[in-house]
Formats: sequence, C-alpha cells, structure tokens
Amino acid sequence: MQLNSWGMYPIIKKNITVLRDKPSLRNEILNNTECIPFGNGRSYGDSALNEHIIYCKPYNYFLGFDEARGILHCQAGVTLSEIIEAFVPQGWFLKVTPGTKLITVGGAIASDVHGKNHHVEGCFSACIEGFRLMLPNGEIRTCIKEDELFKATCGGMGLTGVILDAKISLKKINSKNIEQTTIKTKNLKETFEAFEKYAYMPYSVAWIDCLAKDDALGKCLLMVGEFADDGDLNFKEKKKLNIPFKFPSFALNHLSVKAFNWLYYAKAPKGVSHQKVDLGTFFYPLDGINNWNRIYGKGGFTQYQFILPKEHSYEGLEEILKRISQSGKGSFLAVLKLYGEANDNYLSFPIKGYSLALDFKIEKGLFDLLDALDEIVVKYGGRIYLTKDVRVSKETFEKGYPMIEKFRSYRKSKAMDTKFASLQSKRIGI
Amino acid sequence: MSYVLIIGAKSDIAQAVAREYAKHGYSLYLAGREIQTLHSLATDIKIRTSVAVELLEFDLGAFHTHQAFYENLQEKPLGVIVVAGYMAEQKKCESDWAETLNTITVNYTGAVSILNIVANDMEHNKNGFIVGVSSVAGERGRKANYIYGSSKAAFTAYLSGLRNRLYESGVHVLTVKPGFVATKMTIGLDLPPKLTAQPEKVARDMFQAQQKNKDVIYTKSIWKWVMLVIKMIPELKFKGMSI
Repeated sequence: MQLNSWGMYPIIKKNITVLRDKPSLRNEILNNTECIPFGNGRSYGDSALNEHIIYCKPYNYFLGFDEARGILHCQAGVTLSEIIEAFVPQGWFLKVTPGTKLITVGGAIASDVHGKNHHVEGCFSACIEGFRLMLPNGEIRTCIKEDELFKATCGGMGLTGVILDAKISLKKINSKNIEQTTIKTKNLKETFEAFEKYAYMPYSVAWIDCLAKDDALGKCLLMVGEFADDGDLNFKEKKKLNIPFKFPSFALNHLSVKAFNWLYYAKAPKGVSHQKVDLGTFFYPLDGINNWNRIYGKGGFTQYQFILPKEHSYEGLEEILKRISQSGKGSFLAVLKLYGEANDNYLSFPIKGYSLALDFKIEKGLFDLLDALDEIVVKYGGRIYLTKDVRVSKETFEKGYPMIEKFRSYRKSKAMDTKFASLQSKRIGI
Repeated sequence: MSYVLIIGAKSDIAQAVAREYAKHGYSLYLAGREIQTLHSLATDIKIRTSVAVELLEFDLGAFHTHQAFYENLQEKPLGVIVVAGYMAEQKKCESDWAETLNTITVNYTGAVSILNIVANDMEHNKNGFIVGVSSVAGERGRKANYIYGSSKAAFTAYLSGLRNRLYESGVHVLTVKPGFVATKMTIGLDLPPKLTAQPEKVARDMFQAQQKNKDVIYTKSIWKWVMLVIKMIPELKFKGMSI
C-alpha cells in the first residue's frame, strides 16, 4: 500500500501498521522505536510522515449516538464525510468543519482544524467532549477539556499518542442548503471592510486573486452564508470529477493561473449577490474533484498558510501580497479568512486576526520565496500552520508559537518524545 | 425493507459490502463463525443507516446445518451474497491435507451447499438475487496458488451454471472477480497500486453490477485485460513461467 501526504512531497518509503484493535496497537507501540499516526493523508506536508506510520483510517466504527444531546461517539478513523453522509439526512451537521470533509476525526483533533465559522465556534476541539488516547507506555487515557493532555493533543500533530475514539457534539440543522451572499471587492481595503461588515454571519471566507497588482491588489470574492431553513435534508453526494493522472509540470504556469483567476473572478456578478447552494458546494468545493492534487504535477505542491494578529493584518497582508505578485509564482485563488479568539491549546494555529492560504507548485526558487514571506510573517507577530507545512525553519516556527516550551516539556515528561515523531517534528524540534 | 444475507461476514470485503447495502436501505443478515465479534460492526451500521442488522452463527463446513439455518430465517432474504473465502499458503496446502480441504470447503463445497438451498427457494418464488465473490486466481492455475485458484475456478463454474439455470425464473446471479484487494490479509504485501482495489471499491462495484443485473465483473476492471493476456499464453510456454 502507498500512503502519501496531500502535497505528494516528500515521497518516502515507510512501514505501515494498520490500526485494527487496541491490543495489537499496544504491542506495536511498545515494540517499536518511533512512529506517527496517519489518517486519510490530507495534511499537505510532512506532519504525518515518518519511516513507520500507524494507519488509523480503517479503525472506523461509529460507537454510539446520543440523540437527545447530539453527541456522536466514534472511532478515530471515521471521516467527516461519513459523519455528514449519515447525519445530514437526520438533521445534524458538524459544528466545525474545514474545507475538506475527507479527513479523519483523529486527524481533525491532532490538527485542531477550523472552518469558515472560526470567529463564532472556534476550533474542532471546541466541539469535542472528550477522547481516548493510547500513550507511549500502551496505557489508554480518557481526556476531557480541562486536562493538560487535551490541550497538548488538540493541535499536537499526533505527537502525544494515538487517538482511539472521540465524542463529538453535532449541531441541529433544518436544511442541507446554505443561503449564500457573495461580495465582490476591488482591493484589499474593500476586502477588509466587507469582512468586518459581515462578521455577524456564521460562515465567511474570501478567495483572493494573488496575482492582481497595484490598485487591484487584494481584490476578492467574499462568500458569507448561513444554513437555510427550508426543511430540505435530502443530501446526496454529487458525482465527482476525477483527475486521472499527474499533469505535466509545465501545465501550471503564470499564464494559466492568471487566466483561471480572471475567469473565476469575472463570472461573479458585480457588488453583492445572493445564491442558495448545497452544503457540499459551500463548504467543500474541491472535494468534488478526485485527486485534484495531481494538477500540480509530479514534483508535488505545498500550501503556505499563515495568520497575522488583527492589528497588523492589513499592512502585513499588503506587504506579502505585493511580494507574491512580484515573484509571479503561480497560485490559484488564495483563501483569506477572519478568525476569532485563540484557544488554550498549546499548538493550535488560530489567533485573532486574518489568515491567508496559498498553494504553490514545488519548484526551484519556491522555498526562497517562502523564506522571505516567513520573515514578513514573523515581523508582524504571525505564525505558520503546521498541518500545511513542509519546510518552515525551527526559528520561524518557534517565534510564532509562544507555548512551544510548554508542549516540549510536557512531551518529555511523559516520554512521548521517545515514541512519537514525524519528519516535521524532527525538523522543527518538537 | 428487504434483507440481504451476507455469508462470511467477517472479512474486510464483507464489511464494506454490508455498509454499501445498508446505505441503500437493505436490512442485513450477517452470517459467519464466532459472529458475536461483529457486534461493533452491527452497531456501526445501525447508527449510520438505521436499517435492521442481525448476526447469525453459521459454519460453511457444517453442511448438515445449512438447511435448518436457511429455514430458520424469519424473513427470507431478497439477496444472498457469498463473500467467504480462505486463502491458505500454497506451500502449506501441498503437504497438509487439512489446509487443502479447508480451502476447498470454504471456497467451494460449503458455498455450493448453502447456495443449492437458496437457489431452490428463489427459483420457486421466481424472485431474488445471488452474488458470489470468486477470484481472478480461478482463471488459470499457477504454481503460486493453484489450490486456492482451483477452488475458485470451481466456484466460478458453479455460479455460471447457476446463472444459466435460474435465468428462466428471473433470479439473477452475479460473479464478482476481484484482483488484488487491500485488506488486513494483504497489508504487508507490496501490491501495485494500479491493480489494487480498496474493499469499499469492490463493494461499490458489486452493488452497482448487481443492481444492473450484470453477469460477471472484474474489480478493478483492468483485471479483465490482465487475465485475458494471462489466459492467452500458450500452455507450452506457460508451464515454464513463474508468474
């Protein structure tokens, strides 16, 4: 079996242990020197890669559902997609979901993922009642929100143990549809104003054309929405497109990306418009295309996602967008998002401010550009998202995460550092 | 909603098949040995889909129990799917008759015993469907696994005859021939990704083919062409090859 991360870079040889049951997992952990849990391979970089991985996706039973409270108990390998398929028809949805539903519950906890409603609901850990985790000594611990182990594990990138099962709080919905408002802006200033104006909406996200220059720098389509109330719960997975093979690496270049971005932006009506779309279209636009990572070709790609504190977001983003625009390095529409307050978890990514995420094909000169962007991010007090990262330096990482020492010493005190490690954790020394 | 009976319910393919049929609203009889170990699967499916799931103790090798087993089903199943399969190590089979016999029993005689009973009932009622999971290994005997392969070859021929017999009564028989499948049995093997199906893919392909009354499918479908080539090699040449 071949398992790679979503960016298809780096590609390494690994031993795979499938998580089937607790006794065999215990043996595996006790008898091996070093491993890292792996879910559905949707983190972009090297955070779930190592020579020995524990493949958790087949560990995927639903264990119970408390209908009165909307609490689902399931094993860590269950994907968000399976939860949606089973529960949307019954009128339930995830409180927090990222832009893909093809991730496991274990992965969602380990990355403490967030979605278009972070400014209202916070991270994935906010809807977790508790979970069970296997520690380096094979012991199984139940964690609840107040525990130190909970704060280390949510956002802890799989470095505290193997998550076995979790209790997730779902929310009631009365439709599978979203009432969406699209706001087309002309520059970064308008984009920020629109975000603030619509901050009362539960869901919001903007697609920025990061090849736009000068007066048009920071122009975007801001999409905000809320669940409709039409009683239509007939959710069906749409037929998927498939990218059958890896594109040749020249397919994506400055011109093709520019053309795509132009078309995308041009097809939206001017000013403010309204649409009713299905939740799949609203939350998971790219899940409709199987293997979309193949358009970046054989060398793979990475996503650069950073967040800046709110007070410096505007000037920081302006500087970064200018730098990218100058470089001419192709990125499809980048995703801009407003975040709410940070939580107490040691390594969760979100802080109050704005985050931007951009995809880049791995090519010569890219990492130099990203190093240059890192400097701007650090200058404005921002940080990099580990779930997307494959190349950040230890220094840049440490400057962004003030609670890193707490995490390091906690890991050491429980001997977690002797058993759980990824290529990423070794690179940045966590 | 109608029941589907899955024989050999403990395998990874069977689990995926059970979830697939439940997703489309079918209630389930899950049959196999030490079936109580499937409690968590039954709970899982009930939460996912709210169909009825019953676990039934069943031993393919205990031929004399098969009639009573089928008669005791409260509501007769609309479809019967035989997923049971046993792949012993070829070398072991060559010197251990018990292993060889067990391979033949699970893959062939046991399946024939229960399907004879099912077929008579369905033919009488002029309603129902039967699915048998055979294998591409049954297409041509190879030194690497011909004990397993020959038992599957027999099963394939049985299903073909059964399809022919039941055609008039409107009972449909589907033969599924998987190639490599990524299951707990094959996890350590370095299988080529382009030729290897996930159990969920086998289940989806089976469901769609059964609903469309297809006769024989390969999954992944590329195996049809792979096996065509392998079957075309002249015996004179083939007997000296190691594939």
